[in-house]
Amino acid sequence: MRINKDSNLFTFLFAGIMVILVGFLLSSVDVSLQPLKKQNKNNEKMQNIVQTIITENVSRDEAKSKFDQMITKTVILNYNKQKIKENIGLDIINDKSSGFYIDLLKEYKGIKQKEKRNYPLFISESNHNTYYIVPLMGSGLWGPIWGYIALDEEFNIVGAIFDHKQETPGLGAEIRYKKFQEQFQGKNILDKNGIFQSIKVVKGGASPEDLHGVDGVTGGTITSDGVTEMLERTLQIYVPYIKGDI
Amino acid sequence: MSELQQITKKESLFSKKNRRLLYDPLDSSNPITVQVLGICSALAITVQVKQAVVMSLSVIFVMGVGNVIISLFRNYIPNRIRIIVELVVVATLVELVNQFLTAYVYDVSKALSVFIGLIITNCIIMGRFEAFALANKPWPSFLDGVGNAFGYGVILIIVAFFRELFGSGTLYGHQIIPEQLYELGYVNNNLMILPPMALIVVGLIIWVQRSYNKEIIEEN
Repeated sequence: MRINKDSNLFTFLFAGIMVILVGFLLSSVDVSLQPLKKQNKNNEKMQNIVQTIITENVSRDEAKSKFDQMITKTVILNYNKQKIKENIGLDIINDKSSGFYIDLLKEYKGIKQKEKRNYPLFISESNHNTYYIVPLMGSGLWGPIWGYIALDEEFNIVGAIFDHKQETPGLGAEIRYKKFQEQFQGKNILDKNGIFQSIKVVKGGASPEDLHGVDGVTGGTITSDGVTEMLERTLQIYVPYIKGDI
Repeated sequence: MSELQQITKKESLFSKKNRRLLYDPLDSSNPITVQVLGICSALAITVQVKQAVVMSLSVIFVMGVGNVIISLFRNYIPNRIRIIVELVVVATLVELVNQFLTAYVYDVSKALSVFIGLIITNCIIMGRFEAFALANKPWPSFLDGVGNAFGYGVILIIVAFFRELFGSGTLYGHQIIPEQLYELGYVNNNLMILPPMALIVVGLIIWVQRSYNKEIIEEN
C-alpha cells in the first residue's frame, strides 16, 4: 500500500505517534536516571560545602565522608532570624527535612516574599574552630547563581564557592573559578562597630585594603551585581544567630 | 555475471563523492565562512578554546546521528510538519545526551551547561536536515552531518584560539603569555572577549580563506 504522506490523516498520525514515542523515551530515561542524578547533585552540594573550609581539593567521591566528618550541625532559620529546626550528626543526611534538603532554588523561585523562605546554615565544630557555612542563591544574567560562604567566629570569610547555571563562559561564568573566589578569603562582613556590612563585587576593582569589596568580573557586570545582591540579602539573616551562638 | 558487475558498480562507502561530503565543509562549503550559518553560537562560545572544543564534539554527535535519523524517515516525514519533526529530533537527541551526561559524567555536563540549549538552536543542524538529510540516503547523510559539524568546529576553535590567547593570555585554561611580559606593561585586550570581536575574527578568516580559494568568491 502506498502511503499518501501529505494527507491530513497521515500527518496527524505521524505527529501523534512521534510525540508519544519521544515523550515516552525521554520520560523513561529521566525517571530511570533520577537516583543517579540526585546522588550526583547531593554529592556536589556536600563537596561545595566542605570545600569552603578545606584548602586542599575535595573530590566528589570523598565528599560524603568529609561532610559527615566535618559538618556537625545544621539549623534552619526563618526570616526573623529564629531557629526553627536543628539537626545534629548523621541526622543531617538521614532526616529528609533537615537543612541539607532545603532546595534553595525552589524557594528562591517559588516563594516570592523573602520573609517566608527558609534559611539553612551548616555548622562545623571542632576542638579548635567553629565555622558557619551559609548557602546562597541569587540571579545572574541568564539564570540562577548560587554559592556557599564560610565564616569563622569573628565573621571573617574563610572560603567562598560560587557556581551558576548558564552565565556566559569567559565573562559571568568566571565566578565559578578560584581566581574570583579566593578574593573573598580574609574579608569580613562586620564593620569596625560590629554592624553588618556585606561584601561588594566592585566593577573596575576594589582596593586591596577594602575588607568589604572584591574585584568584579570583566564583562560580567550583571553577574557581579547578582553576587553582591545575593550576599547582601542572605548574609544579614545569619549575623544575629551566629553572634548569639558564640 | 551481470549481478556481480552491478555490485562492483555500486558506490563504495568512501567513494570520491562521499569523501567530498566529508571534506568540502572544511573549506569550500564551510558552514560558517561560506554558508554563513551558525554565526550565533560562534559569537557566544568562542571566548575559551575548551568551550569551543566541547561544543564542537557535541555538535558532531548531534549532527551525525540526527542526519541519519531524518534520512531514515525521509520518505515518511509529512512535508507540512517537517520543520517540527526536525526540531523534535534535535531536541530529543540533545536532551538524551544531557540526561546521560548528568547521570554518568557529571563534570562534563557541568562544563556543557549553557551549550546544551545552544545546540538545539544551531541553524547548521536544521540547515543540513533540510538541505541534505531529507533528500539523501543515511550513509551520505551521516558523512554530510559529520563533515559540516567538523567544518563548524574548526572555525569555532580557530576563533576561540585567537580570542582566548589575546583576550585572557591563556590557551585551554593554561597561561601562555609569560608573566614577565605583563610586568613590561603588556595587557590583555578586553575587546577580544566581547562578542563583536568574534565577528571581526570570523571576518578575517573569511578574508584569508577567499584570498587563497578563489572558487568561493561570488560573482556580482
